[in-house]
Amino acid sequence: MIEIHNIEKSFDGNPVLKGISCTFETGKCNLLLGGSGTGKSVLLQCVVGLMQPDLGSITFDGTVFSNNKVQVRQEIRRKIGMLFQGSALFDSMTVAKNVEFPLQMLTPEMSREERRDRVEFCLKRVGLENAGEKMPSEISGGMKKRVGIARAIAPNCTYLFCDEPNSGLDPLTSLKIDELIQEITYEYNITTVIITHDMNSVIEIGDHIIFLYKGLKLWDGNKDEILNAQVPELKEFIFSSSLVRAAKRIDDETHSGVVNS
Amino acid sequence: MVKSFGQFLLFIQSMLVRKERFAVLWKRTIDECVTIGVNSIFIVAIVSAFIGAVTCVQIAYNLINPLIPKSTIGYMVREMTILELAPTITSIVLAGKVGSSIAGGLGTMRITEQVSALEVMGINSASYLVLPRILGAIFMFPLLVILAMALSIIGGYLAGSLTGSISGQEYIEGIRTDFIPYNIFFALTKSVVFAFLVSAISAFKGYYTEGGALEVGTASTAAVNNSIIAILIADFVLAAILL
Repeated sequence: MIEIHNIEKSFDGNPVLKGISCTFETGKCNLLLGGSGTGKSVLLQCVVGLMQPDLGSITFDGTVFSNNKVQVRQEIRRKIGMLFQGSALFDSMTVAKNVEFPLQMLTPEMSREERRDRVEFCLKRVGLENAGEKMPSEISGGMKKRVGIARAIAPNCTYLFCDEPNSGLDPLTSLKIDELIQEITYEYNITTVIITHDMNSVIEIGDHIIFLYKGLKLWDGNKDEILNAQVPELKEFIFSSSLVRAAKRIDDETHSGVVNS
Repeated sequence: MVKSFGQFLLFIQSMLVRKERFAVLWKRTIDECVTIGVNSIFIVAIVSAFIGAVTCVQIAYNLINPLIPKSTIGYMVREMTILELAPTITSIVLAGKVGSSIAGGLGTMRITEQVSALEVMGINSASYLVLPRILGAIFMFPLLVILAMALSIIGGYLAGSLTGSISGQEYIEGIRTDFIPYNIFFALTKSVVFAFLVSAISAFKGYYTEGGALEVGTASTAAVNNSIIAILIADFVLAAILL
């Protein structure tokens, strides 16, 4: 479980995060939802340690991460896997080498055979058992995301962070990536945090959803509650999606039809 | 300017704390030695051979006094090559080739979040990415300068012989006259300092790139410009101190 308490962050005097407190629960897909420029990525960067918050604390399973000793932060970081928006695969390495890289760096006690077996297992888990020898430039965007997931889970991560895993993907591939992330979260009982503004993901995998608006947490709940949330900013965000609007209209029409008949 | 220099010092410090394991560092350094050194042999060889050749022909053209022995041409080619042309020109050429490659490579890694990926894994990205490049440059620049010295002197010999400006025997007599071994030490010291400046400045520019492809290009250009200026300033300072 990751607990965030009263996080504040400003850039050149402009506040981006205004005292956000929330909890990311273990074994669930925790979604950070919000429009562009609402502070989702900044919050995620503060949580994974790429950015230092101005105020507040971040705790991973009871261990304070922010403002702690470098050694403690390093230990926690080694339990973190992250899928970046652009996948961030190392261009100069093959797919298999990309997946092997964190094992090589973080678990020097593993033998070469053990590493190879683990790479094979992770690539198979994401459905890319035949792509190991390909270079990142030779595979599609969806495959890159899968490799990113395989690289993130290779060292048995406890916390998985995904920064807009669906960006640039077609709806079907997006769905498959969402399902894969959800399966991995349940299978390994890890704490998964996903940044998204894709309503399909929200409806599909939103076990716990946190809605950010102008640096503030306005709402949290789950996918069953979100369509009935009474926060105007959230309603405006949800129903800006044509698909959700259409689904809602059909739903309303069906209900009114039932009442009329 | 002062802020940038302070940032540069902090960057160097961040590379040296929390270093990666020796085995990882060693492997990365060898890879960089190949990229920086072996892949630069061709351009260094061409530039130095022609500089030696042109130096010989131009000295011969200017040396018209019959009282000055022709072997002086060989002597002057050797002195110019060892003291200045081989270390400085080679380093300036490498600032263009290696410096832009380091800045461009690191800049691209930064904007495509590969540097962030390393940081999230708990790897000191500066130590993993930059230290091997600096060590690789420090190992390979002196070797390339030694190669440049040899090829430049050979280039002078061939040019002198082929154009008839000086006979081979006179040229060899000239390059063996009043040889001062300290000059080799001076040239190699310069090459080590230039290697550090080129690799560290280029890495600094690339590592802190922000934005997109345009900024990567800007960082590469700035890396080459700043490296060349740093080489010229260091050249003067070292000459004033060591000679």
